[in-house]
Amino acid sequence: MLSDADRIFTNLYGLGDPGLKGARARGDWDGTKAIIARGREAIVEEMKASGLRGRGGAGFPTGMKWSFMPKTIGTLPHYLVVNADESEPGTCKDRDILRHDPHKLIEGCLLASFAMGAHACYIYIRGEFYNEAVALQKAIDEAYEAGLIGQDACGSGWAFDCYVHRGAGAYICGEETALIESLEGKKGMPRLKPPFPAAMGLYGCPTTVNNVESIAVAPAILRRGAAWFSALGRPKNAGTKLFCISGHVNKPCNVEEELGIPLKELIEKYAGGVRGGWDNLLAVIPGGASVPVLNKATCDTILMDFDSLRDVKSGLGTAAVIVMDRSTDIIKAIARLSQFYKHESCGQCTPCREGTGWMMRVMNRMVTGRATIEEIDTLEQVTRQVEGHTICALGDAAAWPIQGLIKNFRPVMEERIRAYKAGRSLPLAAE
Amino acid sequence: MVKVTVDGIDVDVPPGSNVLQACEAAGKEVPRFCYHERLSVAGNCRMCLVEIEKAPPKPFASCAYPVNEGMVVHTDTPMVKKARAGVMEFLLINHPLDCPICDQGGECDLQDQAVGYGRDGSRYTEAKRAVKDKDLGPLVKTVMTRCIQCTRCIRFSAEIAGTPELGATARGESMEVGTYVQMALTSELSGNLIDICPVGALTSKPYAFVARPWELKKTDSVDVLDAVGTNIRVDARGPEVLRILPRLNEDVNEEWLADKSRFSVDGLKRRRLDSVWVKRDGKLVKSGWEDAFEAIDARLKGVAGERIGAIAGDLCDAESMLALKDLMSALGSANTDCRQDGAALDGTRREFYTFNTSIAGIEAADAILLVGCNPRREAPLINARVLKRWRTGGLKVASVGPVADLTYPVEAIGEGPAVLAGLLDGSHPFASVLKAAKHPMVIVGQGALRRADGAAVLASAWKLAETVGALGAEWHGFNVLHTAAARVGGLDLGFLPGAGGKNVAAMMGGGVDVLWLLGTDEIDTTKIGADTFVIYQGHHGDAGAARADVILPGAAYTEKNGTYVNTEGRVQRGQLAIYPPGEAREDWKILRAFSGWLGKPLPYDSIEALRDRLETVNPVFARLDILPRFGCADVAGPAGGEMSPVAFEPAVANYYQTDVISRASPTMAECTATYVAPLKAAAE
Repeated sequence: MLSDADRIFTNLYGLGDPGLKGARARGDWDGTKAIIARGREAIVEEMKASGLRGRGGAGFPTGMKWSFMPKTIGTLPHYLVVNADESEPGTCKDRDILRHDPHKLIEGCLLASFAMGAHACYIYIRGEFYNEAVALQKAIDEAYEAGLIGQDACGSGWAFDCYVHRGAGAYICGEETALIESLEGKKGMPRLKPPFPAAMGLYGCPTTVNNVESIAVAPAILRRGAAWFSALGRPKNAGTKLFCISGHVNKPCNVEEELGIPLKELIEKYAGGVRGGWDNLLAVIPGGASVPVLNKATCDTILMDFDSLRDVKSGLGTAAVIVMDRSTDIIKAIARLSQFYKHESCGQCTPCREGTGWMMRVMNRMVTGRATIEEIDTLEQVTRQVEGHTICALGDAAAWPIQGLIKNFRPVMEERIRAYKAGRSLPLAAE
Repeated sequence: MVKVTVDGIDVDVPPGSNVLQACEAAGKEVPRFCYHERLSVAGNCRMCLVEIEKAPPKPFASCAYPVNEGMVVHTDTPMVKKARAGVMEFLLINHPLDCPICDQGGECDLQDQAVGYGRDGSRYTEAKRAVKDKDLGPLVKTVMTRCIQCTRCIRFSAEIAGTPELGATARGESMEVGTYVQMALTSELSGNLIDICPVGALTSKPYAFVARPWELKKTDSVDVLDAVGTNIRVDARGPEVLRILPRLNEDVNEEWLADKSRFSVDGLKRRRLDSVWVKRDGKLVKSGWEDAFEAIDARLKGVAGERIGAIAGDLCDAESMLALKDLMSALGSANTDCRQDGAALDGTRREFYTFNTSIAGIEAADAILLVGCNPRREAPLINARVLKRWRTGGLKVASVGPVADLTYPVEAIGEGPAVLAGLLDGSHPFASVLKAAKHPMVIVGQGALRRADGAAVLASAWKLAETVGALGAEWHGFNVLHTAAARVGGLDLGFLPGAGGKNVAAMMGGGVDVLWLLGTDEIDTTKIGADTFVIYQGHHGDAGAARADVILPGAAYTEKNGTYVNTEGRVQRGQLAIYPPGEAREDWKILRAFSGWLGKPLPYDSIEALRDRLETVNPVFARLDILPRFGCADVAGPAGGEMSPVAFEPAVANYYQTDVISRASPTMAECTATYVAPLKAAAE
């Protein structure tokens, strides 16, 4: 259980003042100049030592990502891009940072930009987050006014500008290269990698794209030390994380906890438990719509961190815990996700463009059982044909929920098909 | 070089190559749809997947993956085969199985690769996607349901044609390729979209449902509808030419073909001269060859050599022009001219009338001055080369003449010769750009030469090239851009007024008593003297035939073996694809036969003997297909004169109708109605 002293996001629920005054009272912007004075190398090393893994879903070590940027600034400027296009279904953590603790993010932007030699930072915010964009812009204006950012940020001599750019609502623009394309004013379609953004990103310049949460925790790590952060959580899964618990729980909430907390403890302690008790649990999607679903047996013991979830062939993703109780029609729930991915596929590469539609149509039939048992295998093979064959990870994201469904709930699917053949109609539950 | 092992075969490829190129170097076939070596890499079809050792255990798109030293690639592992079969299955689930009614059938990448790499059946049982067709104008037919979203057409229009009019709207399965606002494509290279489309989504509108590729006899030839000398393949069935496709020639057309050259093919069947006509009592009467020869012979009796003249047209092969010139010499006439438009071309040195930099040489240029020249209309493929060069950066282009959209930025620095004076004395700012350039080019178009002061403009342009350092030992930056395929050949073999001979203007208005027109249709026939006896030898009933007293039906370029010299001075041969219609004959044979009738037989009985004679007249005709690069050895320029202040006129007013073949083509008439008429209406 995380002690209050170790919490980073102390205004997560918006109980305090999100403005500069409140932020300062919570310890933000404290000694920022001194941190900058440590120099680029020291900051990157500190971040590496902290063991912070990217909070956007893939879990790539943040410090290492920063170190990929060219050591010296050449003819091309460096850029930091913050991915605030939070659109993974079930996820709502960045939103609370943006509206309740924006100064953490802005200070993080300054420190991260300095650490990678960037004088400009673009925050690409989801189009639907209108109020959040307003709140963020207000905080940026405050920071400019207080001289915390600008030509001489915090009196450090480092020139730093921060811009907010609103997206237009496409899920794919949360993919880092599609986000860059969109930021450049083009159609949001992922780029081929290599070259990676650190070599050729925004406008062809060295760029790093980080999640809001990854950037927002950086000041706390740099102030309190890598040792403090890495002591939290589990080995290789260091630190605290915002979990978004939604679905069939008594008290859906966002909460900051250590990585490696048992799922059961997380749900029972913070979300008021599963609706109807733990035994009424059917399944949990532990990390946002794109990761495979877990059955109850796994949920009983699973620890919530990158490696534990990877070991059960799921993933931590954005740590958006979607809880489903026994009233759920699990097939219908996953079919709904398939519709989402079909709708959000950018259409650039073949397996995703064609595969998401195919999967959706088969899944829609699976809901009523209007299929054959063999088609479950075909569906599984189709997901394998999509997974790993696409330019970006959207293909994987579309495939994984179905793979999780087949792995954990194949008997339910078969029963549905048999019932349809026999003319029995099953009571259709809510999603 | 980077060492790569592909399926156990070691190959060395240049650094920066991609894995697909390495596989090709190793002789391994890699299926692909979106990848095209002349377009940017999209990497979206996912068909070219390969396995790479010491990389994550997943298939990689070889077109988008750069090679590394010591990389080990596999193209035939079970993982690769399975991945490709999977992608193929995805491509086919929404592709209609309408091959029997698809024009791409038999030459379809999707068809071929489905057989080679796909599964034997489909597991997809849902409804297929259907997409509304788009109207892209009179040339390109669309069946958008067949589109596999490879985006080759989008990249071609943006990168090669320079008219970014195609794009993709919507996303996912709903993604469609189109123009967004319905409009006809404005590119002169739109026909190439048909070639690069790997499926039957973009096909030829005029050729729709005409033939299957296996029914066609394919003949390699050379295009004559502009002076680029595009290498083409003529596809014929029986007595008809059904379509024309480009052939690969990196030095000339790469693999592209301009629309006029591709789509004028229906003009070869219309308004043809297929019988001999002789005027009797003021009326043309269908006759036999003997009647015609007799009539000409009768008229020639007693006419002095200097009262006989000959003008060669724009589509003539070198063989027939030489035969006509030899016939004129035999008749004692020096009145020959191949410049029917009156362009002031100087035949004294080859450098004065050819495109000396060469088309491929454009890629080395860093500053270009266009003088009375619109390469987009006069030679679309040369314009595409300039665009290709411009896209690599650092090229500055300026134009003296009518302002036009050339698909790349052009600085319009003036409309007439006055600017040339400023460039010559260095007072104009662009003079210093040319001077600073390492490889400057000056391109003179026919619009600058077809005027009274043409010779003076030509001389000034040469002088300018010399002043800015374009005439070096390694670099020849003086260029004349021709519009007529026959022109350089005619100048090479000296189809010009001989000693005391008359030029075109002097032959008009009764300057000669007998005038032999060899495919000459671009002159104002009303200016020919009323009493002049006109012999028209050619293949289409156009301006020349309308004024003729005797019509001798000749062969179009697809119907004869002929030698053509393109604007660069490259000697190329076209081949007979079909026989001339009706009574029509190959042109040199007509002239040879008539010389025999006259009793002054030309000294050749076969095309080989005639070609030997060509080589004697000018050794360049022996240098087939090759164009040696050369610098300028002698900077002395052509004779000049006084330039007038009048602005240059465009050489080609309507790109789609410039010669007898394109004027006879209904497709080109439709293009004119679509593209040219609205512009004219707007201008008025």
